[in-house]
Amino acid sequence: MTEDLNWAVGGEAGDGIDSTGKIFAQALSRAGRHVFTSKDFASRIRGGYTAYKVRTSVDRVESVVDRLDILIALTERTVEENMDELHDDSIIIFDGERSMMSDFEAPGEMFGLDVPLKRLAEDAGGAIMRNIVALGAACEVSEFPIENLDESLEKRFGNKGESIVANNKEAARLGQEYVQEEYDLSTPYELETTDNDYVLLNGDEAIGMGAIAAGCRFYAGYPITPATDVMTYLKGRIERFGGNVVQAEDELSAINMALGAARAGARSMTATSGPGIDLMAETFGLIATSETPLVIADVMRSGPSTGMPTKQEQGDLNMALYGGHGEIPRFVLAPSSVSECFWKTVEAFNLAEQYQTPVYVLSDLAMAVTEQTFPPEVFDMDDVEIDRGKVVDEDSIEEWQDESGHFKPHAITDDGVSPRAFPGTEEGAHMSTGLEHDELGRRTESTDMRIEQVDKRNRKVETAREQEDLSPREFGNEDSDNLVVSWGSNEGALREAIDLLEEDDVDIRVLSVPYLFPRPDLTEEFERAEDVVVVECNATGQFADVLEHDTLQRVQRVNKYNGVRFKADELAGELKEALGIVDEAEVQA
Amino acid sequence: MSSDNVRFVDFKSDKQPTWCPGCGDFGTMNGMMKALAQTGNTPDDTFVVAGIGCSGKIGTYMHSYALHGVHGRALPVGTGVKMANPDLEVMVAGGDGDGYSIGAGHFVHAVRRNVDMTYVVMDNRIYGLTKGQFSPTSREDFETSTSPDGTHQQPINPLALAMAAGGSFIAQSFSSDAQRHAEIVQKAVEHDGFGFVNVFSPCVTFNDVDTYDYFRDSLVDVGDSDHDPTDYDAAKEKILDRETEYQGVLYQDESSTPYNELEGATENMADIEESPPEEAMDLVREFY
Repeated sequence: MTEDLNWAVGGEAGDGIDSTGKIFAQALSRAGRHVFTSKDFASRIRGGYTAYKVRTSVDRVESVVDRLDILIALTERTVEENMDELHDDSIIIFDGERSMMSDFEAPGEMFGLDVPLKRLAEDAGGAIMRNIVALGAACEVSEFPIENLDESLEKRFGNKGESIVANNKEAARLGQEYVQEEYDLSTPYELETTDNDYVLLNGDEAIGMGAIAAGCRFYAGYPITPATDVMTYLKGRIERFGGNVVQAEDELSAINMALGAARAGARSMTATSGPGIDLMAETFGLIATSETPLVIADVMRSGPSTGMPTKQEQGDLNMALYGGHGEIPRFVLAPSSVSECFWKTVEAFNLAEQYQTPVYVLSDLAMAVTEQTFPPEVFDMDDVEIDRGKVVDEDSIEEWQDESGHFKPHAITDDGVSPRAFPGTEEGAHMSTGLEHDELGRRTESTDMRIEQVDKRNRKVETAREQEDLSPREFGNEDSDNLVVSWGSNEGALREAIDLLEEDDVDIRVLSVPYLFPRPDLTEEFERAEDVVVVECNATGQFADVLEHDTLQRVQRVNKYNGVRFKADELAGELKEALGIVDEAEVQA
Repeated sequence: MSSDNVRFVDFKSDKQPTWCPGCGDFGTMNGMMKALAQTGNTPDDTFVVAGIGCSGKIGTYMHSYALHGVHGRALPVGTGVKMANPDLEVMVAGGDGDGYSIGAGHFVHAVRRNVDMTYVVMDNRIYGLTKGQFSPTSREDFETSTSPDGTHQQPINPLALAMAAGGSFIAQSFSSDAQRHAEIVQKAVEHDGFGFVNVFSPCVTFNDVDTYDYFRDSLVDVGDSDHDPTDYDAAKEKILDRETEYQGVLYQDESSTPYNELEGATENMADIEESPPEEAMDLVREFY
């Protein structure tokens, strides 16, 4: 990969790490470079270690790797935390005039670039801009034209006035000039610009944007890491399209508000993380029984309980597949990248209304906080189609009435899907309930009707298996005997691992499965392969269990559950081990 | 159905209620239907939400769009309905357990949010459907299957709770005083904001303390002339009065603006186009 550079800024929470990283990432994106960002952060507002990492290349980048080339270290701990990823050519930018860094010496062959960040920032108008000074210095050592920072700074500080913007630009220039004057540097890094046109966004923003595109008009939620960005994105934007966001008093309220709006005919959603899903479980059953279309995004984090709220995991799969008492037909979709967060959300709204079921979008923290570049055409709104399913109006409702003229919202149908009448529709008045009910929606304890209704609801799953294309995404070497199966955010790392494995003459065929329920039958794929490896970020291999159950075949498992997503190079190594391929270099060692 | 010729029986379903003979909920429900009819609503533009318990059955016995939800969560559902389609008349019904125990948090927040809907609580001061346990409004010395020596807990004063949460319409009625009850619920429906009515709705099977006779003898009507419901201090005094229980509109802030209006939720959100509007691409451009 050409000019693949890994950059990070780290310090204490409250040091402005996020905005510094974001300004740089945006500058790179605007300069036509691909960007893939990640964050290390703790569950606290001030203090503690936090970092924002940016991987950038002219080529597409889809994962993080175990390498850090340029590090802006505002604290010594930042260096310690990243020691494993630093290498002999790494450059560490620090402020030796700052008491906590005054004794700092770059380890090994690394280059310590001592820049008086605070002093120069004060020269430009205020100590607060020391991170911007560091960005200027970083531009110099990576030969990235500093003009590209300017637009980013304008975007960030534009609403604070022209002088603030000017001061920040000056701060960046002072950082750059200091390095030019004080150091005679020749570094291996050169960040070229291109004419490419990219947008930069994270998974939560993509879910929110997908929701609006799909016609979602109502959102209710309760703040929780890492799902909150969905709500903050929608608030202030969804209104432009006639929608509304309610910050509810808790998750129970949030999902019930979303349910109410959906019953009123709005495309409606909520988003939360695992602990919130637990609280919503009771209403989840009501949604399914009352056959209400609803989209629920679960942006997973490390569990159980409060677990590690700022770390990643794919631990909620079993909950999404089986959560709730009784038996509940549902859809479980797993986007595998930031752009997929957009498209799977769009699809979720269509499936929810076509089948009148709850639909889970299983995202995770890694995608939620990852900002990734895309050509804007990837989000072409002309490709968004809205299908509201079997909605009846005044003219068509007659077809769905019983002898006494009552509308049948739970009519027994061959495909399991009943008609829907939005409130306000003449002659459509009816009740919905979580109690078992007859075709009119009225409570019943009739044993026959119970079976008819359960079968009807479950028939939706069969219908979906027939009507929807649930196939997995396939890449790698299609003739390979080594089959790797994965879901969700691991896909990017897998795509890059393929290239790394190829260098070692190892080929793999990858199936990334976005439909977790209903899901494709992989029995034949498994039979064709010599080895099957299931890759996922949880300890017990929840998806591997499900696939073994589906196919009656044993699989190898590669699991990661330390709170950090797979890195491409790490995953390549793990796959080799799982496939029983011994690294010659290791044997010699 | 046009709103001109709607009668209260149009809001009745053909299901026979399974409430105990003599249950206060019959009267409570009739008053709700009457209030809806008299305010010109039709079953097709009305949405009734209920939770669990005897009160939760109301959606079955009324004819309108309705949702019978889970225990204690009726108010959030009503909020969602109203936000999504402000043209609908939203009426939420609940019991004292549903509204003040499991749903107490939602109650306080629905009150302070002031969404334009009506909340009727059928307060019988007992858990009926689970066969006679004390409820949050049961008296401290009330003996039930789960409080053989009394509850040893202060009852909740729902009106005070509503007032503390900034309620814009706080009323109380008695299901057996049919005309007055219907009139009070009607005022709640007409109120521009969250209309809250606590209705004494006696349980003839499990509560031998808070009976029809008790309310008939002790309830004091604030009347329409003696009490000025817009006078906050006067309302506060009556609501916090430990000696007397009142019926009537205790407090009304006619100048409050409903949350749904403040938030600009004024259109029916069910109406969406078949594809995203042109401006949707602006959402993408923001990420440059």
